[in-house]
Amino acid sequence: MAGLVPAIRVLRIEKTRDQAVPADIYLNVAVGGVLTGLVYGLMALGLSVIFGVVRVVNFAHGEMMTLAMYIAITLFTAFHLDPLVMLVPIASVMFVFGYVVQVRLINPFITRPDYMQFLLLVAVGIIIVNGLLITFGPDVKSVQVSYAFDSFQVGPLIIDATKLYAAIAAIVVSAALFAFFRYTRHGTAIRACADNYTGALVVGLDVKQFYALTFGLGAACVGAAGVMLLLIVDVTPALGPAYTLLAFVIVITGGLGSMPGALLGGVLIGLTEAMAGLLFTPSAKSMFAFAILVLVLLLRPEGIMGKRAA
Amino acid sequence: MPRNKQTYQTRRRFNTGFASALLAAGIAPFNVGRAQGAALKVGVLLPRSGYQAGIGQDCQRGVDIATGVLKDLGLPSLQFINADTESNVDVARSRAEQLIGEGAQLLVGAFDSGQSSAIAQVAEQKGMPFVINIAAAPPITEQGYKFVFRNFPTAPMILRDAFIDQKEIFAAVGAAPKSVVFLAENDTFGVAMQKAIPGVLPKFDMPYTILDTISYDPTARDLSVEVSRAKATGAEALLVVSRLNDAILLTRELIKQRWTPVMILSMGPGWYEDQYLKTLGKFSDGPLSFAPWYDPNKKLSKALDAALAKVHPGVNLNTNHVYTFEALLIAADAYKRAGSSNPQALADAIRATNITDNSSIGPGIQFDAKGQNDKILGGGIQNRNGKLITVAPGAASNGKPEWPLMPYNKRA
Amino acid sequence: MMVRLIAGVPGRGLALLGALLAALTAAPLFASDYLLTVLILILYFAYIGQAWNIMMGFAGQLSLGHTLYVGLGAYTAAALFVHFGIGPWIGLAAAVPAAALIGAFIGFLAFRFRVAGVYFAILTIAFAEFARLGFDHLSWTGGSGGLFLPVSQFTHNDLWRLRGHPVMFYYILLAATALAFLICRALLQSRVGYFWRAIREDEEVARSTGIDTFHYKMIAVVISAAMTSFAGVMHAFYYNNLFPEQVFHILRSIEIILGPIVGGVGTLFGPILGAFVLTGLAETLTAALAALGIDLPGAKQVFYGICLLLVVTALPEGIWPWLSRRIGLAEKSQ
Repeated sequence: MAGLVPAIRVLRIEKTRDQAVPADIYLNVAVGGVLTGLVYGLMALGLSVIFGVVRVVNFAHGEMMTLAMYIAITLFTAFHLDPLVMLVPIASVMFVFGYVVQVRLINPFITRPDYMQFLLLVAVGIIIVNGLLITFGPDVKSVQVSYAFDSFQVGPLIIDATKLYAAIAAIVVSAALFAFFRYTRHGTAIRACADNYTGALVVGLDVKQFYALTFGLGAACVGAAGVMLLLIVDVTPALGPAYTLLAFVIVITGGLGSMPGALLGGVLIGLTEAMAGLLFTPSAKSMFAFAILVLVLLLRPEGIMGKRAA
Repeated sequence: MPRNKQTYQTRRRFNTGFASALLAAGIAPFNVGRAQGAALKVGVLLPRSGYQAGIGQDCQRGVDIATGVLKDLGLPSLQFINADTESNVDVARSRAEQLIGEGAQLLVGAFDSGQSSAIAQVAEQKGMPFVINIAAAPPITEQGYKFVFRNFPTAPMILRDAFIDQKEIFAAVGAAPKSVVFLAENDTFGVAMQKAIPGVLPKFDMPYTILDTISYDPTARDLSVEVSRAKATGAEALLVVSRLNDAILLTRELIKQRWTPVMILSMGPGWYEDQYLKTLGKFSDGPLSFAPWYDPNKKLSKALDAALAKVHPGVNLNTNHVYTFEALLIAADAYKRAGSSNPQALADAIRATNITDNSSIGPGIQFDAKGQNDKILGGGIQNRNGKLITVAPGAASNGKPEWPLMPYNKRA
Repeated sequence: MMVRLIAGVPGRGLALLGALLAALTAAPLFASDYLLTVLILILYFAYIGQAWNIMMGFAGQLSLGHTLYVGLGAYTAAALFVHFGIGPWIGLAAAVPAAALIGAFIGFLAFRFRVAGVYFAILTIAFAEFARLGFDHLSWTGGSGGLFLPVSQFTHNDLWRLRGHPVMFYYILLAATALAFLICRALLQSRVGYFWRAIREDEEVARSTGIDTFHYKMIAVVISAAMTSFAGVMHAFYYNNLFPEQVFHILRSIEIILGPIVGGVGTLFGPILGAFVLTGLAETLTAALAALGIDLPGAKQVFYGICLLLVVTALPEGIWPWLSRRIGLAEKSQ
């Protein structure tokens, strides 16, 4: 069809024009991508933990993060506490939230088909988003910390201060989580439940309890990530769903159930999107993330750092 | 116009939630009869939930202040039936049908081009007048509708006036950028503007060249890459089409990446909105926005400003309020002239509208054969100390433009 | 053939179905235009729900990006109409194969590489997002600025070009839904249907008994995609405007699957019942809130979400299996 030829020609992803993009731009963009990616990674970490252990696909992940962000905003407006200081309390609140949700709502759904879990969490997501809309209104809200506009200059490199702090916090929280799973009794027990459900039951572990614990941890993670993200973006009730999708892309790329994988996936996606935005049309940069997702799904579904599914 | 057989759903509606404003203004609630002299039933369709909720609820403020102002102008009263399109075209269409079924005699809405287009079809098919408050996609008034009217400029019109106003400002301050980089969001409005530029720009002989066009995802969480690219072009000024979220993100990035363009020329919403001013404080001063706007020197604008201050203190009067109000003004004015709520009579009356004492910039509200008000002029606004000064066109301005942008790192 | 289709169905079931069909056929004579619009939405979702159900309910493949096929069908037919004046029925001849082809492509990639379960679902999401972003940049179809179809008149019904009164769309969708119902029944009773159900139950076992699971899963995907694209064509000509952000959005995919899941995945009547229940619920909530004078944006969605939650928790198999047992019409082989 003659009509297709112009169509194909116009689906062009523009490359940058003639001006040579200076090398330091690449460096800046890359560093920015890595830092942002670390925060995304923490967000995805919660999802990875939940799916890796409880085997529930949390489609309300982004919405839970939005909830945490709004709690942070409320506390900030009331007490003027820096978000990073509020990290632990908010993560704790989210832990309780996640725990309760798991016990009350999700437990019966663990054995049910995927689409049922999906619907349940979609419903939870709808309730959260619209509850936030009713409570806080649709206007964009943000926290104004004193260092919101700071940046560090190291030679040609300009590093965004808030991104740096958020990334550092993300690494610290991830390390704490990792340590928990590696070195504590509860953590080991949870890993046992994940590896072998029946075996765990046999040795007398209260699997339901640990599932709840895990969901709570996952919620705490995403809550912490949300608080950090608040330093970088502003929040509206409708923010959630896009982040749920992003979390899935990262988790699958990095490896479901693998914690370092989630961070690595986050960095990879953050970096890819940043470079794609630089080299091609920024409005299409998400396409690259999805392209990577498809490749991973096809060629290495367990993700970069995941273990081959049993 | 052949009307289709309908069974009207008569149901008492107690819209107490919204009626608080109405009752405060002393308007009688629900009238069953359609007798002349009764309030005209206007269905207001806006995205009050969903992703466009912020803008929809802002437009609603224009409805909130309408009753008192219309009464002061000696116009017949309107009874509003609010509907939420939920930012969804299916819902928009159903709500429009429902409103008509409940006896709405005129429809106003709906901010979004896609939803407005769906409602327009329902309105046209039923022979019910529909006044569009805000929607910039040109095709809506190119369909040959007889019942659809738009009191809002199309994207090409907005662009044309943006350039005219820019040249006026350049002349007034005696300076102009030689190069700009164009950052545009990739959504309906942004794309319409991007498409219109190649056709419109050459006609105006602008003093600058566009070094690069960077189109970005409007739901972007992070615009650092886009700003890096923009900075790398070496352009003097930033030409931008964005919305509120992106405007805030872009400004933060400009500050963090230590680049203050000579000026930010915005050809759309975002940079003048309350949230932008509140969130960024002193960093919000300076950008020039070119958008459909109100004429601050007109009497009606002052009345609207005062009414808004009473009902929603602390909120600056803006495009959403003014154009939504004007849609209602058109309805009330037509109702008065038509003397009846018959849809055909209303539509004819609307087509003959000639309101010179309006609020938006331009000679007034008149419609051409396609139902479009092609006389609207765009304005130039500048942020100054948390307030908005209209700096162009000269006849509608209430202040002088300041140039260039004060560097971000010098703002104490 | 008809005898085979209705064999084994209790007489009461047939009578109820017949009554429903008769009621729906006569509905436009009594319904207000608003109700007609709502019914059109119900039938639209009932139709797509059945198409989706073929993939999920019959063959066990969870597609969370199904709006991809709606969008492809819509854009293909609309673009041909806008650029070449080709009517929608001819446009179907291009739209359906296009969607089927993409479905086959996705199916091929997924099944060859053994992508299943949640991973398959996410793969479908990825492709839908890909399409959304891609069409955002495709200027031939208007990009993110949207594709507008020229709307001419409403006075008489031009069936050929689908210009006219919404009643026209109502009957087309009613016929399509009824036809889809019969097709699903026929498929379920056929060899293909039995193999599908074997695959859905346990793919490994099915493969080990010699069923070419790849082949049959592909058939399911292609049929589902092809059927869905028809709805896309109707969507384009009913609304006369298309925006990639709306047509390919993941919220649309979610809307599509709510009906069948609530109604009963894998059942014949589930998707139809689900569409009635959910759309009815949404409209009822809006009306109830308005009647109570509660003018709170977002309230309706909160109640909607709560209702979804309650249904899903209380009726794990969906409404139809429970309802059919209550009225004694339980389908034997589910």
